[in-house]
Amino acid sequence: MISLEQLTKVYGHGDQRTVVLDRLDFSVDAGEIFAVVGPSGAGKSTLAQCVNLLERPTSGSVLVNGENLSQLSEKQLRVARRRIGTIFQSDGLYSRRTAAQNVALPLEYLGVTAAETRARVAELLGRVGLSNKAGHYPHQLSGGQRQRVGIARALALRPSVLLSDEATSGLDPDSTRSIVALLKELRDDLGLSILFITHEMDTVLQVADSVARLDHGRIVESGRIVELLRDPASGLGRALRPARSHESAAADATEWFVSYTSAAVPADWLTRLADQLGTTVSLLGASIETVDGATVGHASIGVTGADPDHLIAVAQSLGLDARTEQPADEPAEILEQAA
Amino acid sequence: MSILTATLTGPLPLNNNVPVADIPALVFPALLDTLIMVGIVMLIVVLVGIPLGALVHNLAPGGLFENPALHTTLSWIVSIGRSLPFLILMAAIVPFTRFITGTNIGIAAAVVPMSIAGIAFFTRIVENSLRGVPPTLVRVAKASGASPLQIIRTAQLSEALPSIIGGLTINTIAMIEYSAIAGTIGAGGIGYVAVTYGYQRFDNTVMLATIVILVATVASVQLIGDRLVRLTTPHSRTQARLPRAARREASLV
Ligand SMILES: Nc1ncnc2c1ncn2[C@@H]1O[C@H](COP(=O)(O)OP(=O)(O)OP(=O)(O)O)[C@@H](O)[C@H]1O
Ligand SMILES: [Mg+2]
Repeated sequence: MISLEQLTKVYGHGDQRTVVLDRLDFSVDAGEIFAVVGPSGAGKSTLAQCVNLLERPTSGSVLVNGENLSQLSEKQLRVARRRIGTIFQSDGLYSRRTAAQNVALPLEYLGVTAAETRARVAELLGRVGLSNKAGHYPHQLSGGQRQRVGIARALALRPSVLLSDEATSGLDPDSTRSIVALLKELRDDLGLSILFITHEMDTVLQVADSVARLDHGRIVESGRIVELLRDPASGLGRALRPARSHESAAADATEWFVSYTSAAVPADWLTRLADQLGTTVSLLGASIETVDGATVGHASIGVTGADPDHLIAVAQSLGLDARTEQPADEPAEILEQAA
Repeated sequence: MSILTATLTGPLPLNNNVPVADIPALVFPALLDTLIMVGIVMLIVVLVGIPLGALVHNLAPGGLFENPALHTTLSWIVSIGRSLPFLILMAAIVPFTRFITGTNIGIAAAVVPMSIAGIAFFTRIVENSLRGVPPTLVRVAKASGASPLQIIRTAQLSEALPSIIGGLTINTIAMIEYSAIAGTIGAGGIGYVAVTYGYQRFDNTVMLATIVILVATVASVQLIGDRLVRLTTPHSRTQARLPRAARREASLV
């Protein structure tokens, strides 16, 4: 488990002083995948480096399994870091070492015997599905495979916490999906706490249980994914599942934007809505899916001659939020920032 | 060697000169001396230059033992060593050389200034090679629990090895050149032969022989160096060795 208490990182002095992380407070439980998203320069990588103390926080503390890392000496840190596995963007593999030798690195640093190392490396490569690539050099592996080697290496010392900074950025969708599946499997099997840093909203939706949005060093919004998706007021929720463009309503109809706010939305809500309003309801655009077993989604509908208050009330009884236009905070804008 | 024999049989003035038949007996022991001299120097250069280069690199901002004052000082000392022409360096440190070796002529005396020049050269080469290693690798090593020495060994020197070997090749060739200059203070070796026979006695045949020998030596060093660089770079090594089908597979996966 990771918890941050008032974590602050300041670079530079005087005029050059920039607060990159501003009193961050959050925690990642055992078995939880916590995503941090944010625009470029928000401080995501700095956060990752502060969590494993590659950068010393200016103030505040980082606790891993209850131990305060920020107070440790460099030597004690070396020991403490064994409990944190770090996956780097663009894998960080040593070019002159094979996949197996790369995975063996942390064991080598620790001074584990050759026989033990060999057994552990074989086990780890099997775990990430690369047993047949043990002798390959990084340049002989695909981006996704390299990232798997990086994950195997991060797991070498049996950490309880996994730190991933843009582990899937730059990978194609298939590789991303398989890395995400691997991380979830590892979380389930090993009970890892995973801090997953990314700027890809799509990936967040696939992998995370909770998400926080970092902007200018502050966490501006955070919560469990499903709850954010069901909150029509949540900018982060809208950024995670942006509404796409849709057909416009007929001349005599009003456009309404409807979103799922509870688990109890009946699958035939559209018919029920039309029945209860006694009018025609046309579907202009919709996106509905299940995330972690919960149905979430939104739709644009065209409604002729219904009393707005009545419509809102009926929608509410069906577990839906209805409003005449899409919420002000343009999701496209957040997405843009995040990319 | 075919060039050598071809020119040696040509119509050259043979008045006061070394007879062609005696040239190998003159030149080959001299070559051996040169190789010994350069060999000893390069051993010292590598033993001192690698740690020194790694130290200078890691004292720099962003290094493992960041220390601007010490970095500037060391960097200046190395720069001075680099900027003096070898002949001047050699003359300037005669007292030091005599203090260390007890003499100021011969191989022993040449080794001292050559080592100093070589170390300064190689320190820069190592530093420059280390700068080419992606900084992420140091972070990877730290995050994997490496001690500073382990970081330097595995994340820095090992990854920079092909580049360091490439630099070492250039450095060795420069040292062969310096050995010829050192020949002028009676250091022996091929340079000495070239100066005493070729230059002072106008013995063109000997001069030519020494030139051919030097060119051949330098070319061999370069060849060996290039070979070693290729051997230590997995990319070029595996490309060269894998059969075509495997190579295609490797580039596709
Ligand atoms: N060593 C440093 N010295 C001074 N400023 C720094 C340093 N490292 C990072 N910064 C600043 O901190 C801010 C956050 O950088 P960081 O790399 O954490 O952003 P990021 O969210 O990871 O961005 P990206 O998505 O582009 O990777 C940037 O404005 C950057 O200029
Ligand atoms: Mg970053």
